[in-house]
Amino acid sequence: MDQRPDPDALLARAQAEAAQPRRGRLKIFFGMSAGVGKTYAMLQEAQERRRSGSDVVAGYIETHKRPETDALKQGLEELPPRWVEYRGMRLREFDLDAALARKPGLILVDELAHTNTVEGDGATGGLRHAKRYQDVLELLDSGIDVYTTVNVQHIESLNDVVAQITGIPVKETVPDSIIERADEIELVDIPPDDLLQRLREGRVYVADQVQRAVSQFFRRENLVALRELALRETAARVGEQVRVERAGRGETRPWATAERILVCVGPSPLSARVIRIARRMAAAAQAEWIAASVETPGQSELGAAQVRRNLKLAERLGAEPTMLTGERVVDEILAYAVRHNMTKIVVGKPTLPRWREWLRGSIVDELIRRSGEIDVHVVKGEPDDVVGARPRAARRAGWREYAMAAAVMGACTILAALAFPYISAVNVTMIYLAGVVLVATRHSLGPSALASVSAALLFDFLFTSPYYSFAISDIQYVIACLVLLATALVISGLTQRVRRQNEAARTRYVRTAALYFMSRQLAAAAGADSLARVAAKHVADVFLGESAILVPDSELRLAVSAQSGGFAVETTNERAAAQWVFEHRKWAGWSTDTLPSSQAIYLPLVASGKSLGVLALRPRQPEALLEPDQRHMLETFATQLAIALERAALATEAEAARRQAEAENIRSSLLSCVSHDLRTPLAAIAGAASALVEGSQQLSDAMQRELAQSIADEAGRLNQLVGKLLDMTRLESAGFRVQKDWYPLDELVGAALTRLGSTLRRHRVNTEIPDSLPLMHVDGPLIEELLGNLLENAARYSPPGSTITVRAAAVPGGVRTAVLDDGPGLQPGTEKEIFRRFVRFRPPSDRQGTGLGLAICEAVVRLHGGEIEAQNRAEGGAQFWFTLPHGPSAPPDLSGMDVLHTRSGPRDTHASEATL
Amino acid sequence: MTAAAASVLLVEDELPIRRFLRPAIDAAGWRLIEADTGQRGMLEASQVRPDVIILDLGLPDIDGIEVVRRMREWSAVPIIILSARGQENDKIAALDAGADDYVQKPFGVAELIARIRVALRHAAARVQPSADMTIVAGDIAIDLVRRTVTRSGASVHLTPLEYKLLTTLARNAGLVMTHRQLLREVWGAGHAEDSTYLRMFVRQLRQKLEDNPTQPKHLITEVGVGYRLVVER
Repeated sequence: MDQRPDPDALLARAQAEAAQPRRGRLKIFFGMSAGVGKTYAMLQEAQERRRSGSDVVAGYIETHKRPETDALKQGLEELPPRWVEYRGMRLREFDLDAALARKPGLILVDELAHTNTVEGDGATGGLRHAKRYQDVLELLDSGIDVYTTVNVQHIESLNDVVAQITGIPVKETVPDSIIERADEIELVDIPPDDLLQRLREGRVYVADQVQRAVSQFFRRENLVALRELALRETAARVGEQVRVERAGRGETRPWATAERILVCVGPSPLSARVIRIARRMAAAAQAEWIAASVETPGQSELGAAQVRRNLKLAERLGAEPTMLTGERVVDEILAYAVRHNMTKIVVGKPTLPRWREWLRGSIVDELIRRSGEIDVHVVKGEPDDVVGARPRAARRAGWREYAMAAAVMGACTILAALAFPYISAVNVTMIYLAGVVLVATRHSLGPSALASVSAALLFDFLFTSPYYSFAISDIQYVIACLVLLATALVISGLTQRVRRQNEAARTRYVRTAALYFMSRQLAAAAGADSLARVAAKHVADVFLGESAILVPDSELRLAVSAQSGGFAVETTNERAAAQWVFEHRKWAGWSTDTLPSSQAIYLPLVASGKSLGVLALRPRQPEALLEPDQRHMLETFATQLAIALERAALATEAEAARRQAEAENIRSSLLSCVSHDLRTPLAAIAGAASALVEGSQQLSDAMQRELAQSIADEAGRLNQLVGKLLDMTRLESAGFRVQKDWYPLDELVGAALTRLGSTLRRHRVNTEIPDSLPLMHVDGPLIEELLGNLLENAARYSPPGSTITVRAAAVPGGVRTAVLDDGPGLQPGTEKEIFRRFVRFRPPSDRQGTGLGLAICEAVVRLHGGEIEAQNRAEGGAQFWFTLPHGPSAPPDLSGMDVLHTRSGPRDTHASEATL
Repeated sequence: MTAAAASVLLVEDELPIRRFLRPAIDAAGWRLIEADTGQRGMLEASQVRPDVIILDLGLPDIDGIEVVRRMREWSAVPIIILSARGQENDKIAALDAGADDYVQKPFGVAELIARIRVALRHAAARVQPSADMTIVAGDIAIDLVRRTVTRSGASVHLTPLEYKLLTTLARNAGLVMTHRQLLREVWGAGHAEDSTYLRMFVRQLRQKLEDNPTQPKHLITEVGVGYRLVVER
């Protein structure tokens, strides 16, 4: 009988809520029309909240100078409005950025359905969002509570009902989703008679432009109907809230999955009403609903635009829009419905005349016949001014096509006239038929019709008796004429269809191919920069515009990573748009409702819930907005890029982790080196020194000298070790840069040999460096170090008196230098290992080395982009060789040196040096 | 050995270094004056007027390069720098600021004493130019009057620029000269950065003067710093 909730579940829920960034609460003051006192009620409640200690700010209040409302503002902090200059007008707007900067606990924003001025003339430009409700959503997203007001006629799904009641279309609407999103709805209600009374007393503000409609709008029967609508709507919301609460979930999942409604959207303006009806059905049934449109090959461009508008409306109303492509509408709709388990299909009642239905078949009839399990609801559509005008006919043929059709007919006539004496009149029709077929296969319907009609007329006029008259004596010829006409129409219709299908297929192919190529190139590219370059190029190519990829720096400020075309994304406005998109992970810019006056459209690049950057596309023709399938395509591109970028970021992270591990490894080796290798000579020094200090009397001169010598030797060894440790650390440090210059190799070899003088005194050293060896573009001191280490290594591991050879030769792309010795050589299999730190493999001749020398060599060569290897020589001994690539440019031209030989004095050199 | 014993000013903050240099300088017959800070060093230099200064670059109070710079405002006394490895840029800066030579830590006593000798001789030659205008480095003889160079008695043909480079090194024989100093003196102030150019000329000189140009005995490269003409060996 225990009905109490599980405490663990409650705790989990509370924690989940706390973990999420707090979203602001939305309260809507809802009324049936202007003048019911929504603003007043909102202010009253705000005052109460303020008195109880809340941080309340009036963001935007429209009091219409009514004293009692004005008085209620007393004591409330009010945000200064934003003034937007537009076509000479100074418009008062809500300042979203100021509100976000102020970040109060609660903000009042009047008139939710207001349309913002997005195009400003002034330096500051217009507002970011096209609609005020978008401002409100952004406020909520940043955790600010919002109070706002809205009238029933502004709710999108009720829009047509209200228009039906009042006869006045309302243009400013808010999507139902924001009403659903509200945490609280307060109905502000007064009886219609009281409202009319207020109106008569002039206490209701009515905007000037609607003045003429006022008498029509504020009629008692209208108000009663609107009131009922408002009450019903509120009741529906409350009911839904109750249901949600009962379900016991903190998060609303608005739709049960039992019902799934598919609404068919066509190019007709009547579809708007069908969509609204579908939305109400969906809302009533708590069903998921999808708005589908079928793009058929024969569709006109204007029709496509209308479909786009209708789908957008459906999307605003909460439907998932989808675009299907196919030859036959019914097939596609049914296939989709079956595939997606739709339970209902909503379709508009056909408005075609009956004869056309007979001719082309009715979509509705066919749907009903073939829908099987699925219910089909046929609803009446009604013209809707808000949605747009009726589309006009398909593309028109150019006059050239008509001229061509006429020319073909002329040619046929001449041919027929020449042949007429020899063939029968019916065969003359064949000549015309051939001409008509020719025209129909090449041109559109108009010219084909012209060709067939003129063929019939010409045949009738010229080749049937009575000649030179349109009268037809023989019924056969009538048939011939009609067949001619029908053939032409059928063929041209078929040709048109095939052509359009081809075009559609080609467009689809081009896009799919583009996507495929981009994914392939993205897969091949390594590193975020090259990914961005690939993507920018492809997006620009496919969408015919200029594109840019912006990625954030360490402080999350966006910077252009790659771009295609010269579009200046760095301007303040464009940057701001990109930054907004990056932070809010929503689309903005051109062709969207947010910052639509931007030059480009901006898409967030989001992968695994992380915002990785922004994709910008500036269209070449800004007047043509993005079509739904293009938007999908663009979105797919963005997703692909985001995933690729994420992959690159992960790879970088993995690399960093690997380096980290390596650094750890080095550190531990270093520690063992310090503890052992440094202590050993130190112990020897300390011991010898203490022996000298304490027992100098007892020690003979020879012994004293031996001890001193040992101190000197060990100190030298210690110094060498410390020097190499420092070198290694320096080479491995992140900030280390090689400082390259042009060096002759022999000088570096000479310097290394000079420095190692005493180490090498028991060996013979051969240098085999050709005079013709090109200069090397290297860091001189580092290469000297490298040579020194190799020579030292050779000296250490080869017996005294043996020969060490330094041999250099030019190889393709660089210079290869080898140090060869006559010693016992390397232990087989250790050729690679010896370059690792603290590794000693060869049996040492006298004293152990540091185990760092070859690691330093390897690091130096790596920093120069070369390679180093060790191997045993066939004739005995080891050889170490390294290859260093040529510099980025050619070495300085030395032929100019000859000129210098014949000149003297600094002045002359000056001149000749310029030729170097 | 000169009549009055030469005085050596050692500016070094590390006591162990001063301690091991004391007997060595004493044994060479010079008088040692010690200073443990840059300030004190400059004060001693102005009062005692030493014949040579040994200056540690890493002093606790003033940057060694700054000491060289200030010293050079009023004195031409030879300055030998003591520097640790890895301080290449400081070394070059000090040399360019007017120091005469450097010795890298850790160093042997013999090496430092030799450097002090060279510096003293060089300073003496500056005060009282030797009558004999021939500089000899091993088997190489440079006759400054007749402007000829011979190697083992045989005449060596040098271009005017090579000759100028060689004599510049010879005039500072035994001392290191930075790339910048050489370029400025031989080619002029506008070419102080063309070190590749200088390297090519030194290479040519080596090919004309050294037995084995890759294992030079006289024209010694101080990698990353400059060149030195070694006269005695």
